[in-house]
Amino acid sequence: MSLKDKACIVGIGETPNTRGPGRPVIDMVVDASLNAIADSGVKRSAIDGLIFSSSRYIFQESVAVHLGLKDLRYTSIIEIGGAAPVSTLQSAAMAVATGQANYVLIPFGCNGYSEARTSVRARPESQFYADNQMSQAVKNYLAPNGAFVPVQYYSWIANRHRLLYGTTQEEIAQIPLNSRANAQGNPRAYMRDRPLTMEAYLASPMISEPHRMFDCCLETDGAAALIVTTPERARDLKQRPVFVSGVAEGHPYPADDIMNRSDILDLGLTHIAHRAFEMAGATPADMDFAQIYDCFTYVALMQLEAAGFCKRGEARHFVMNGNIAIDGKLPVNTHGGLHSEGHVWGLNHIVEAVRQLRGTAHRQVKDCEIGAVTGWGDFGDGSIAILRR
Amino acid sequence: MSDTPKPLPRRDGLNGEFYEHCARGELRFQRCAGCQTWRHMPRYSCAECGSRDWTWEKSSGRGKLYSWTVSHRAFHPGFAGDVPYAVAIVELEEGPRIVSQIVDAKLDALRLDLPLEIVFEKVADDVTMPKFRIR
Repeated sequence: MSLKDKACIVGIGETPNTRGPGRPVIDMVVDASLNAIADSGVKRSAIDGLIFSSSRYIFQESVAVHLGLKDLRYTSIIEIGGAAPVSTLQSAAMAVATGQANYVLIPFGCNGYSEARTSVRARPESQFYADNQMSQAVKNYLAPNGAFVPVQYYSWIANRHRLLYGTTQEEIAQIPLNSRANAQGNPRAYMRDRPLTMEAYLASPMISEPHRMFDCCLETDGAAALIVTTPERARDLKQRPVFVSGVAEGHPYPADDIMNRSDILDLGLTHIAHRAFEMAGATPADMDFAQIYDCFTYVALMQLEAAGFCKRGEARHFVMNGNIAIDGKLPVNTHGGLHSEGHVWGLNHIVEAVRQLRGTAHRQVKDCEIGAVTGWGDFGDGSIAILRR
Repeated sequence: MSDTPKPLPRRDGLNGEFYEHCARGELRFQRCAGCQTWRHMPRYSCAECGSRDWTWEKSSGRGKLYSWTVSHRAFHPGFAGDVPYAVAIVELEEGPRIVSQIVDAKLDALRLDLPLEIVFEKVADDVTMPKFRIR
């Protein structure tokens, strides 16, 4: 059974994106969830599904208790890092389409600044490394050689791509400069009052080549949440529904090991994006906007190719000449993205897509009807959703 | 500068066996007894044919540079004295790729497919790391 248009997003909620003092993650998640519930008009007691992205920060059942979800019928946890929030839409669509749950809450929050900053996470002995094969790779083969954090892992992929295709600094810079421009005036954006110039970008310190400081996403504290239900139930609710028209998740092979992929440039998204577009009956050229997971700018550049917006090696040309600006051919990261709005593992990318399709975004794409959202996590897992109004 | 030591690999299980070979000055990878496919990182079964049998086969130690990143932040205090430093992915002649470091080379000498060969560096009493130099 195709999941096309079997589910809709009917509620969105957020907390501000801040840099400390850290609030307990559960406290932020409850705030975002209550905001989403209020936005949707769903009765709190009617929520019977709960889908988590990661079990790293809080316990699923404590969210249920804080919100008084007394009749939970379906719960699941997607463990693919930042690719999980978009992937939860697949699980949520399956749950509501098959009647396993009627109203699904999808919350996420983390203290990305106050507790989980890179400087803390970089310790191989830290609690952030679960005991799985990926952490075995980190502990035994990466960290002893000086590779501790995602910017380094992803730079292996990015640097080979850059060297093969000759992407320039000015071309890479289009992603962060565009995100920062879109964040200006967005009240939710952490970088709302701080414009970025090419000069400042090029002067920023190199972190791990080819990624400079302004190629790295923000570390912020915050939470967001969605409510998903069926199109039939959506008719009785407060908001114009946003349909999940296509959705897919994919994993590079081997997912737990970057170095031994037959082609290191094959991403989680590479072989599955077409499934989401086909499910939606749409093509990349039909998209009115794209929210691209921008943990690091070159990663976003490669996803534009993997998602099918352009061919491999051509993102460097695709992003030039204002093509990805708010009034360009494909507006990208219209809220400022993880670079300039905040880092809620990309759940905020979905929230922004919903705002665009409701027509209530801060930087509104004119008359938009359909858009794509991508996710990226762990060692390059990918996900994509095609949303339409 | 920090006195914090660099993190060391764990030396238990299959990963421990990999590093035991390094301590004897040998780069060895698992090779499937069923289909002869070389593999790294160590695993309990062959992804190609499903066989659970393997032997540890000696690599020539010759390979080429597949990709790298030059890190300008230490991220861990044990590497504070090393920045900027390159972390490389080396592709061995037999096929497996390994994350390692290039020794005795200037960072601007690095390029794709640079020919490399193994050198072993004893980093602790009981730990030897495989590293590479330009050949």
